[in-house]
Amino acid sequence: MNTELFGIIATFVITLLIAVPLGKYLAKMFAGEKVWTDFLKPLERGIFKLSGINPDAPMNWKQFLKAMMTINLFWLAYGFFVLIYQDKLPLNPDGNPGMTADLAFNTIISFVANCNLQDYSGETGATYLIQHFIFMFLHFASAATGIACGVAVFKAFRDKTTTDLGNFWNYFVKTITRLLLPIAMVIALILTFNGTTSSYAGKDQFMSLQGDTVHMSRGPAAPMVAIKHLGTNGGGWFGANSAHPLENPNYMTNMTEIIAQFIIPVAMILAFGYYIRRKKLGWIIFGVMMLGVMMLMIPSITSELGGNPLIAKMGVTQHTGAMEGKEVRFGPAATAYWSTLTTVTSTGSVNGMHDSFMPLTGLWQILAMMINGFFGGCGVGLLNYFIYLIIAVFISGLMVGRTPEFLGHKVEAREVKIAALITLLSPFLIMAGTAVSTWVLTAHPNINWAVKPSTWLNNPGFHGFSEMLYQYTSSNANNGSGFEGLGDNNIFWNVSAGLVIFFGRFLPIIGPVAIAGLLAQKKYVPESAGTLKVDTVTFGLMTFAVILVLNALSYFPALALGPIAEYFSMLK
Amino acid sequence: MKTYILQAIRLTLVLTVLLCVIYPVFISFVGKLSKGGGNGETIIVNGKVVGYAAVGQSFTKPQYFWGRPSAVAYNAAGSAGSNKGPTNPDYLKDVQKRIDTLLKYHPYLKRSDIPSEMVTASGSGLDPDISPEAAQIQVKRVAAFRKLDENKVAKLVADHTESPLLGMFGPSKINVLKLNVALDQLK
Repeated sequence: MNTELFGIIATFVITLLIAVPLGKYLAKMFAGEKVWTDFLKPLERGIFKLSGINPDAPMNWKQFLKAMMTINLFWLAYGFFVLIYQDKLPLNPDGNPGMTADLAFNTIISFVANCNLQDYSGETGATYLIQHFIFMFLHFASAATGIACGVAVFKAFRDKTTTDLGNFWNYFVKTITRLLLPIAMVIALILTFNGTTSSYAGKDQFMSLQGDTVHMSRGPAAPMVAIKHLGTNGGGWFGANSAHPLENPNYMTNMTEIIAQFIIPVAMILAFGYYIRRKKLGWIIFGVMMLGVMMLMIPSITSELGGNPLIAKMGVTQHTGAMEGKEVRFGPAATAYWSTLTTVTSTGSVNGMHDSFMPLTGLWQILAMMINGFFGGCGVGLLNYFIYLIIAVFISGLMVGRTPEFLGHKVEAREVKIAALITLLSPFLIMAGTAVSTWVLTAHPNINWAVKPSTWLNNPGFHGFSEMLYQYTSSNANNGSGFEGLGDNNIFWNVSAGLVIFFGRFLPIIGPVAIAGLLAQKKYVPESAGTLKVDTVTFGLMTFAVILVLNALSYFPALALGPIAEYFSMLK
Repeated sequence: MKTYILQAIRLTLVLTVLLCVIYPVFISFVGKLSKGGGNGETIIVNGKVVGYAAVGQSFTKPQYFWGRPSAVAYNAAGSAGSNKGPTNPDYLKDVQKRIDTLLKYHPYLKRSDIPSEMVTASGSGLDPDISPEAAQIQVKRVAAFRKLDENKVAKLVADHTESPLLGMFGPSKINVLKLNVALDQLK
């Protein structure tokens, strides 16, 4: 038991030891200052030359967003067709079939959007070509897209007044060459040498010790598993994701993967502070976010370590905690730790099945994705938090009766309107989606879809409702984990969740970048005695309160019908 | 707009070469130096592959130590958990059935001796490990069936207990396949 707790404490400490210097490095690197990775310049120059890109051309916020949307829409179109025809393309040693149109629609949006909700199962649903050329490519590309947009917001607040947010292509390529690829290589090698498969060999067949014939899926998983964590993507090689013994063979790989998915989100927050030369602001935001993470994590770990009371009633011992859906080599503590980090960041990879977690752990998982601003996904976590900041600045301004300002720029009606709309978007997508699916389930249980609504849910009662709520929450947050009991590979879920992922990805990127662009081009107002200082603990707590109030108001009723009701039904 | 489209297509092509060919092929190449050469580490008995060290397999016969229940019957080409919720009545019935089965084959056990991982399905359906406690409760049955000295079997279990990482981090565990291979070789 104690070794399990030491394990997660060590994991946490190592994460910080890597993330803090990484944050400083990112700030320097994106600012174009001298860093040790400058030796990669020739490689980058080559990439830009072959692509016909001038990386030094300035972009205003509209140009920046246009470039970002163009390449993302191109990936959507191109990936969609490749997924449908994957069976006719090479590198398919297991003979997997092509995807249906609705499954391809969901899958490609999901991977472009850094969500990686998977309505297919890796072993039978995707060929090696797709896993590498589409999924792994997008693991890099979607993470780099998010980070590039985050850096645009950095840039907006470094200079006093500017229209230049930097060059999208420049940030995008440098993120890949100087952050994602080098670290991914290290992780992939650690995984390979601990037993994750990396060769291109297809399925194996052998006779087991007691004489059963076993077919075993394999494949070059290590490079993909590395970047799926580092880029907070989460889409795994095998169906069971990182619970699978080849994706995550031992406790050391488990630590590696859990650290990998948390270092960039943490580093980006600190990088923000260093980049805009307000180190303190970075640390205050870090503190607020860490407080939020702890409030979600500690009760999750306690409730998993406590085990399932209904199983306790049967008289067996739960010496380590609740074990349904978990692996012995990780244990409940590290699995609960992972489940919090994978839902606060938008990773969504799992090393245990969330559907089988205790009701309250499920509550914290869903809430983490609803808030979606405690560190969050690569780059986009900061963008989500930025929206909360603007709302907090606005409310504080109202409270003291002054025009709200953020870092020397007046926050006016237009910016607050955008922030308010983005804030309302998440509850709208999540609630509307869950309401419609609940209605279809009850009013039309026998529609002739690939999975009939009456058989969607793997669990009855409140937990079944949570399965649907989780699916839309995860889609909107671009998380990608699931209560996987949900029968989601049919036209209803593929299309509806696909749309939620799309809007839940791009509007919350466009909104904050637009606000940052609009603020940056305003006249700089020097600080005075009456200025609301955002880099103080008081304002940090104010933001924290805003986050709690907004989310409680938006989501409490839905949560009460799902995990909270299940919890109380379990006690009786 | 048109320039962005051309740049997007060209950049995608260039990065595809870097990220989808050079990177994984390099990892695969270096991976050949790892145990199992990147194909997964196999366990070989009498020149035949009997399994992969990391991947659990089904043990149902009484002369072997059993692993955990699996939602996919240890199908290594279709990993999955049960995804049963903690309050699902059907699920709780399944757990009860597993307890009864265990008690039937191990009549010497009290309910409170049974560790919960022996009656709950793993996340992947391919969990290769059990806890030392889960192996200890099976020693008597295995020894009786094989007509071996109980202490000898207990020692084998102790020898196969893997301690936490660096002795400090994570749970102790026993790889069921390795234990059973050693058991077959015990005279």
